[in-house]
Amino acid sequence: MSQTLQNRASPDAATQLDIYRRMIRIERNDDATRTQIRRGRITAPYYSARGQECIPAGISSLLNDDDKICTIYRGIQDMVAKNMPLRPLWAEICGRVDGTCKGKGGPMHLTHPETGVMVTTGIVGSSMPIANGFAWASLLDGTKQVTVAYFGDGASNIGAFHEALNLASVWKLPVIFVCANNGFAEHTRYENGTAVDQISKRAIGYGMPGYTVDGNDPLDVYAHAHAAIERARAGEGPTLLECKTFRFMGHVFGDADGYMTKEEKAEAMAKDPLPLFRQKLIDDGVATAEQLDALTAEIEAEVNDAIEYAMSCEFPSDDELRRDVFAEEIPA
Amino acid sequence: MSTDTVEMVKMNGLQAINAALMEAMEADSKVLVLGEDIADNEGGGVVGVTKGLSTKFGTDRVKSTPISEQAIIGAAIGAAMAGYKPVAEIMLMNFTTVAMDMIVNHAAKLRFMSGGQSQVPMVIRTLTGAGNQTAGQHADFYEAWFAHTAGIKVVIPWTPADFKGLYLSAIQDPDPVMIIESGKTLFVPMDTPVNQGPIPLGKANVVMPGTDLTLVSYGQMMFTVMQAVEELGKAGVSVEVIDLRTISPWDKETVLASAEKTGRLLVVHEAGKNFGPGAEIAATVQEELFGKLKAPVGRLGAPYCSVPFAKKLEDAFLVQPPAIIAEAKRLAAMG
Repeated sequence: MSQTLQNRASPDAATQLDIYRRMIRIERNDDATRTQIRRGRITAPYYSARGQECIPAGISSLLNDDDKICTIYRGIQDMVAKNMPLRPLWAEICGRVDGTCKGKGGPMHLTHPETGVMVTTGIVGSSMPIANGFAWASLLDGTKQVTVAYFGDGASNIGAFHEALNLASVWKLPVIFVCANNGFAEHTRYENGTAVDQISKRAIGYGMPGYTVDGNDPLDVYAHAHAAIERARAGEGPTLLECKTFRFMGHVFGDADGYMTKEEKAEAMAKDPLPLFRQKLIDDGVATAEQLDALTAEIEAEVNDAIEYAMSCEFPSDDELRRDVFAEEIPA
Repeated sequence: MSTDTVEMVKMNGLQAINAALMEAMEADSKVLVLGEDIADNEGGGVVGVTKGLSTKFGTDRVKSTPISEQAIIGAAIGAAMAGYKPVAEIMLMNFTTVAMDMIVNHAAKLRFMSGGQSQVPMVIRTLTGAGNQTAGQHADFYEAWFAHTAGIKVVIPWTPADFKGLYLSAIQDPDPVMIIESGKTLFVPMDTPVNQGPIPLGKANVVMPGTDLTLVSYGQMMFTVMQAVEELGKAGVSVEVIDLRTISPWDKETVLASAEKTGRLLVVHEAGKNFGPGAEIAATVQEELFGKLKAPVGRLGAPYCSVPFAKKLEDAFLVQPPAIIAEAKRLAAMG
């Protein structure tokens, strides 16, 4: 049995609004990315997380700037939620020298240590073992920092998951393992590739708490993330959070979605967390429609500014091939 | 004579590595050690290289791990990026195969892929080498794989002095360094300076000057090479012996200067000859010195098969002194 959370923390009104701001920033940024790809202004593989916004938004509302994340190729939502500035993000997506990785990483490999975005990996499962190292360093430093390892349901079937969760538990590392279970490992349906009905149950085998979370409900994500982060900061060790969600745009943007039915996709999209949370905020009197519209407009302006900035940046010079291989530049 | 003032002590490679780790951990609180069975509670390492470290520096800094090579290298990568200098042990080189993603896709590449934002100053220690009848999954030399991967340095010391000096440099290097400890090099005592300091990575050592032929090797194969060279000397062949020490980036300057001087080059390694480091060295030397060589570049390495078990086969698998002597004489007779 996966566990049920006993003491549920609830975000106050300001935090709810903060979570919504992070969600809409993810969604507007994602929409703009797909638009730019469709228009042919950028050429890059893109793994949209449309539909999964609640997960990093809820978690990041509880993280400090110096808390760290290690994420994966479908990970821009995690960075945007962690308040990564959009100009260097977009310059990187566009392959420009002013990109956060000087155009050497691209959308699958963004890094931005200032906001705690430490590693983004294109290899399924590899965020977890490295997250352990950051958490080990936090323990040695004697800080209360935590590290979040983001990954998908498919990654829970790779060996790195097992090794990393076991080690984190043995060493009582301050890591939160966050699995976005969107029901598909690339094109393979969850039940055809995963032997257990809930990934959270696997936590039992590692001696850590495991929860299955409604990944489309920001308040449920918040409550579970709160417990996991408190536990990590208290030195009690890691937690596995399985956040159930759905990806609206397939595996890689542009794929034909032939592996899911139109009906199930339509049903999932009808439960789009963004309009639902927006309506809840209005109904609960947290914000007015006008205020939320103004917030959206502000974010759209930030996204548009970042895109135009990125497009105006230079491409990297070929000398970059000799730089950053080692600390010392390789002679021409 | 300044050499007379250097105080020497008999020490083997194992003791030299232990001394380097002790010294590095003492001098720098950021140095960490992790790996399977490495703490004193678990015996201080499979052959005792890390003995005493956990007792002296505590099990927060010297951590025994589960048998989880990906988790070991992953933890070292994260800690290194967070400002520590971990020395991660992969007990045997064949076990690097189950951590290849962490080593190749991450440790080696994160600096480049992050545009220089990420630094991964870590050392991977690993033991290997044929000669102990451990067969095909405990004895391989895979240095060529890692030398082929941009972003990780590969070091294979021979003498205890080099172990100490190269370890001290590797631990403080800003990039990932793999140090390959070959069986025999850990156990043969040699004269070693008591206060051996850091030796720069990427620099070969001209062990013995000569005029007829340049012989390049490294690791435990150096013992075989030195036996052969003694015989060659008796036969009137003057060999300049170079211990490469660092496989990547290798010391082209020293090797090219020597090969140009002698006009003949023989590369000998325990790794397979096919696509082995000797191929890279030979190709570079012919590119740079075509027309100045008196003989084609010679290469000796393991045959194209797995390391065998039976002692008779293992002896045939390894390059032995007679093969080196024969090849050196063949090359020396040319030109």
